[in-house]
Amino acid sequence: MQRFISLCAGVMLGVFSTFAAHAELVIEITRGLNDAVPIAVVPFGSSGNSKPALDIAEVVSNDLSRSGRFAPLDRRDMIEQPTSGEQIQFADWRLLKSNYILVGKAVSTSADHYDVQFELFNVLNAQRLLGLHIAATTATLRITAHRIADIVFEQLTGIPGVASTRIAYVNVEGVVPNQTYKLTVSDADGANPIVIANSNDPIMSPAWSPDGLSLAYVSFVNKAAAIYVKFLQTGETRKVSARSGINGAPAWSPDGKQLALTLSRKDGDVDVYTLELATQVLTRMTYDPSIDTEPAWSADGSKIYFTSDRSGNAQIYETNVRDSNHAPRRVTFDGNYNARPRVSPDGKQLALVHQEGGNFNIATLDVKTGSLQVITKGRQDESPSYAPNGAQLIFSTQSRGHGVLALVSADGRSQQNLGATSGDVREAAWGPLPPKQKQ
Amino acid sequence: MRKILIMALAALVLGGCKTPPINKADTPAETQSSDSNSNNNAAPMSNMPNTQAMSAEQMAHQALDKVGFVIYFDYDKSDIKSEYNTVIAAHAKYLSSSNNLKVRLEGNTDERGSREYNIGLGERRAQAVRRALMLLGVNENQITTLSYGEERPAVEGHDEAAYTKNRRVEISY
Repeated sequence: MQRFISLCAGVMLGVFSTFAAHAELVIEITRGLNDAVPIAVVPFGSSGNSKPALDIAEVVSNDLSRSGRFAPLDRRDMIEQPTSGEQIQFADWRLLKSNYILVGKAVSTSADHYDVQFELFNVLNAQRLLGLHIAATTATLRITAHRIADIVFEQLTGIPGVASTRIAYVNVEGVVPNQTYKLTVSDADGANPIVIANSNDPIMSPAWSPDGLSLAYVSFVNKAAAIYVKFLQTGETRKVSARSGINGAPAWSPDGKQLALTLSRKDGDVDVYTLELATQVLTRMTYDPSIDTEPAWSADGSKIYFTSDRSGNAQIYETNVRDSNHAPRRVTFDGNYNARPRVSPDGKQLALVHQEGGNFNIATLDVKTGSLQVITKGRQDESPSYAPNGAQLIFSTQSRGHGVLALVSADGRSQQNLGATSGDVREAAWGPLPPKQKQ
Repeated sequence: MRKILIMALAALVLGGCKTPPINKADTPAETQSSDSNSNNNAAPMSNMPNTQAMSAEQMAHQALDKVGFVIYFDYDKSDIKSEYNTVIAAHAKYLSSSNNLKVRLEGNTDERGSREYNIGLGERRAQAVRRALMLLGVNENQITTLSYGEERPAVEGHDEAAYTKNRRVEISY
């Protein structure tokens, strides 16, 4: 009988025509995790001719820790290191207060090829919850580790893990006024950073296409704002809007066919428009002389949320995409500054930047009830972006005078900072889940 | 040289569009001749060969160094404070001296608030300066605006001292 269910390791590796960045993200847990579930991720064993060059269990452990839902046991506390289910002494792991234990090994099958086997157990009742194996090569070991983390996460929480996703962010180095701006794409844990745009002029507002194959962003190269789309697989860059004045805040429609964007045109009136990418047809969505910007599509694509100061200060409004002649409806009423909405994957919440007591923080708004909950505690928090499973958000904050990225659970209970090894990082956009892989 | 500057400034303080009253007795000859050119705003420099006289354009440009190239704003505001009237007037006079002159108004904000909202705010500030220049006779084709929002701070720092210097429109030729 087959002890392990085989997984097809259909791993997608983006082909990039650009180069690797030096700035990596480093993780620091800043608060919470008190109610995180203890789990032991035992170092994976190996057998056969070659040993894998990656510490698979360490990657899995970091992924689970970063989710905010799990507290992996410190390796130094492990008194034994089983690599398969029959070696586990459950009584010992009960003493270590681990609720779950993950064991595994990388079996070398041929040169550079591995069969990565892993088993997940409930420590309390010794029940085997998972027994799977994934074929991998040296090049795919890290992605395989992320997949293992996602499989374990989904098994234990019932929601998809996001360890296999990617993020995009802006990395700024140098001293004012001689700064360099890099648009970087990395794995969700900050590994494998790749610079996809690099400039002495500002780069901002990265936005993932729903299929995860393209990024829209704003560049100020040649002293003019323009929106570009970068195709990650081919490396091609296409200029999609370079009209007079502002070209900003690109947001993909859920079907990926349109961008909502902000233009000021010749007259300087800052308004939201939609741009159909295939035809370049531009449709105006807002008409107020106020600043109307930062569009975000509702999950079903029927509405656009946006920031407007038409009431005298920044608040969030919504308008119908098909019928923008109706006056937009105001959706935020708490406080005198609510801006930059992002819609949760299920469409039920908005994340936004909320000012209270002089501080700018991330808040969530229940779209149905209008209730607002502040979920971060910094002074200058901004640019929230939902993880594709909706459980966490990534946002920008300040730490020791530097711009860093941070993760916060959607309920605000756990937070971890992701500092850059150099410069400031900001404006992270969390990419979509990878295409569902066959099991 | 100093007298020329003072004169140009005096002209500005008294209103960029009016003909400035000039004390001829205190005015060097070369300045008088260039001043007569100032009545012909459209005269490009190339039409004045073999003269050491300063063109109206050169004079107005010297005035710019005195008033500077930056206008500062209050938090979340885009109205131009009256203390900057002389700055606007000097640049309007300079731009009016030749239709060939082009200016880029770069709007900037402090770091507070969301980035794209600040792009909007920076644009609004640049537009405020654009309108003020046009009211003083500058042709709209001479002006472009560009908002950097909070992306291009003039100074680093996360306090009011830095914010005050970062909320600005830079007048860039």
